[in-house]
Amino acid sequence: MSTETTTPIPRLAVPPPVLAAPTLRNGRWSGYKRLLGARMLELKREPEIIFWVFGFPLLLALGLGIAFRNKPANTTSVAVVQSAGAAQTMALLQSSSDKSSPAHSSIQATVLDRQSALNAFHFGKFDLVVEPNPDGSVTYHYDPARPESVLSRSEIDAALQSAAGRRDPLPTSTQVSSEPGSRYIDFLIPGLLGMNLMNSGMWGIGFALVEMRQRKLLKRFVATPMRRTDFLLALTSSRLIMTVIQVAALLGFGVLVFHLPMRGSLLSVLFLAALGGVTFGAVGLLTACRAQKLETASGLINLVMMPMWIFSGVFFSSQHFPAKLQPLIQALPLTALIDALRAIVLEGASLHSQSARILILAFWGGISFVLALRWFRWT
Amino acid sequence: MASPIACANLRKTYDAKVEAVRGLSLRIEAGECFGLLGPNGAGKTTTIEILEGLLAPTSGEVRLFGHTWADNPRQLREWIGISLQDTRLSEKLTVRETLELFASFYAEPRPSEAVLAELELTEKSDAWVGKLSGGQKQRLAVATALVGNPRILFLDEPTTGLDPQSRRQLWDIVRAFQKKGGTVLLTTHYMDEAERLCDRLAIVDRGVIIAEGSPSDLIDRLGGHHVVEFQVSNNVNDNGSNTDGSNVSSNVSNNGRDNVTNNIVILSEAKDLLHNTAPEETIALWRSLPGVESVRYEDSTICLTVREPHLTIPALLDSLDQQGHQLEHLSTRQASLEDVFVKLTGRHLREN
Repeated sequence: MSTETTTPIPRLAVPPPVLAAPTLRNGRWSGYKRLLGARMLELKREPEIIFWVFGFPLLLALGLGIAFRNKPANTTSVAVVQSAGAAQTMALLQSSSDKSSPAHSSIQATVLDRQSALNAFHFGKFDLVVEPNPDGSVTYHYDPARPESVLSRSEIDAALQSAAGRRDPLPTSTQVSSEPGSRYIDFLIPGLLGMNLMNSGMWGIGFALVEMRQRKLLKRFVATPMRRTDFLLALTSSRLIMTVIQVAALLGFGVLVFHLPMRGSLLSVLFLAALGGVTFGAVGLLTACRAQKLETASGLINLVMMPMWIFSGVFFSSQHFPAKLQPLIQALPLTALIDALRAIVLEGASLHSQSARILILAFWGGISFVLALRWFRWT
Repeated sequence: MASPIACANLRKTYDAKVEAVRGLSLRIEAGECFGLLGPNGAGKTTTIEILEGLLAPTSGEVRLFGHTWADNPRQLREWIGISLQDTRLSEKLTVRETLELFASFYAEPRPSEAVLAELELTEKSDAWVGKLSGGQKQRLAVATALVGNPRILFLDEPTTGLDPQSRRQLWDIVRAFQKKGGTVLLTTHYMDEAERLCDRLAIVDRGVIIAEGSPSDLIDRLGGHHVVEFQVSNNVNDNGSNTDGSNVSSNVSNNGRDNVTNNIVILSEAKDLLHNTAPEETIALWRSLPGVESVRYEDSTICLTVREPHLTIPALLDSLDQQGHQLEHLSTRQASLEDVFVKLTGRHLREN
């Protein structure tokens, strides 16, 4: 602004007269408190948010937990072709002790004529068709592309051979390991927790901000004496409160329904979740710092989340990816969060042992926050 | 004491090419209601947002009560109340929650209940914002501006899209604020709003002020306070060539007879030609009638700005009779700011 054209007006020592005598005085934090209160009220009144933040992850955990539950006993379903040797084969199968089966499966055998047996096999009702030949030998019909069929073939073969009198030259013994802590659901719940924190941080901050910008609500706010830091602080605080509730809901669900073991300290988990929540809030802030339209924002948010959905090991271990990619994958904030959560929940690791991952998270959060503040568009 | 609002040589250029505001200066005194009147895209909103400290001008200076926005923005924000054009407040908060949220930003706000009562929103105070009617939403928007106990009220198109009753309600609110000594700056493209509400106004077009003064001053500058509007047709036997009755018919010229043509000229595609479409002689003819100050054509209507309609109208009727024209329509009305705007720019306010 140039001032050359106007004569400088002396600054007023006294403010212009008020129109109505003030009856209220607000303290330093009144704006922050109201902003936080308003944000929490809005969240509470938005049924979709309640569902996506709390309902959806619980449903996902429940569904996947049931689908991948450790079945107490696998059943191998086989058909025996009706023939002269059928009765003898059935007898051998029944006499075989299921202790010899590595999968602890019980064998369910049915005698059928050849055509129906093969048809039912093709439709997946049986894993294997056993056809006794007139010469006393046995033919297996199996599908090498179906893992359960392959497994069934070797199990039935072992059962028949040992029932027929085979003696194994090497004595072996087995130790069963399917205790809580090493099951898929135990692996899954910390992953879901991490993913949930990422989702709600990105959408809860990023999307909400763009919506307010599009409605010109941000502009309306900065047209008042509101402190901009109070606004961002209130948004962050609301995210922290939600984080605590999310952790309690998902972990509580895991412990109650799936007997998830909590080997580490709850405080460490809370600390990590809070850090994760704030970090993804900051990433959401950065993602949304300039977008004017909701469509742009959702595209950007999905773009940022996509690599982490794929690589960070929510549903399966990130170790499955090639070693060359590992340094990149380990540097993703979601990988750091999920791995640290798993270490603490499942292995009882201390926070201190996770400091590298905590640093990765804090680094992403810090950088995002600083850049977001620099580029942020209020209007 | 320094003026509540003063600005000098404001310029705002977007992307180094679009000049939204091109050198605009204003001084608004305490207790005044000042209006920026102009068509859409004239630069009104850009100007008001620069004054509100929401946009930085490309060049020029703004002072509110003698302070620039760089001096102490927080202090200035305490002194002003703003209603933006089209803000959608959070729909899932109640009216009272919204107002208390805004009140919490100010050091010394007014009690929300008092503001709600003043804006007749008490009944709706527990309703969600999303459930309010357009008029109620707009009153709430003004309430959020008033709750901070401001000295200046900025209103950007406060009544656009409202029903007549809601508009009048808002005018009353603005007047009440002014009565307490408040200063108001509003933008509008409604003539009647500017005429009734504003003590002074500036007509803005293409980023500059083209006229400034009180509404009656501006109308005085037209020369006449009355407008006579009429349409003519030629004698019946000449009318056959133009039977489709549409005003957007092709150029009509009745073989140059008398140079007075029916449905004179249609300008849908060239609005700026408004002044120049009728043949000079015809304009001169109307101009020569007693008491006529200016003549203009608007589609097929001829508008005369006149001082004394009781002298002009008989003369007009005689003249039409002599020329063998038939009067199709005649009306007189008070001159309005619209006439001022059309005279100054050759365009209507509501045209784009």
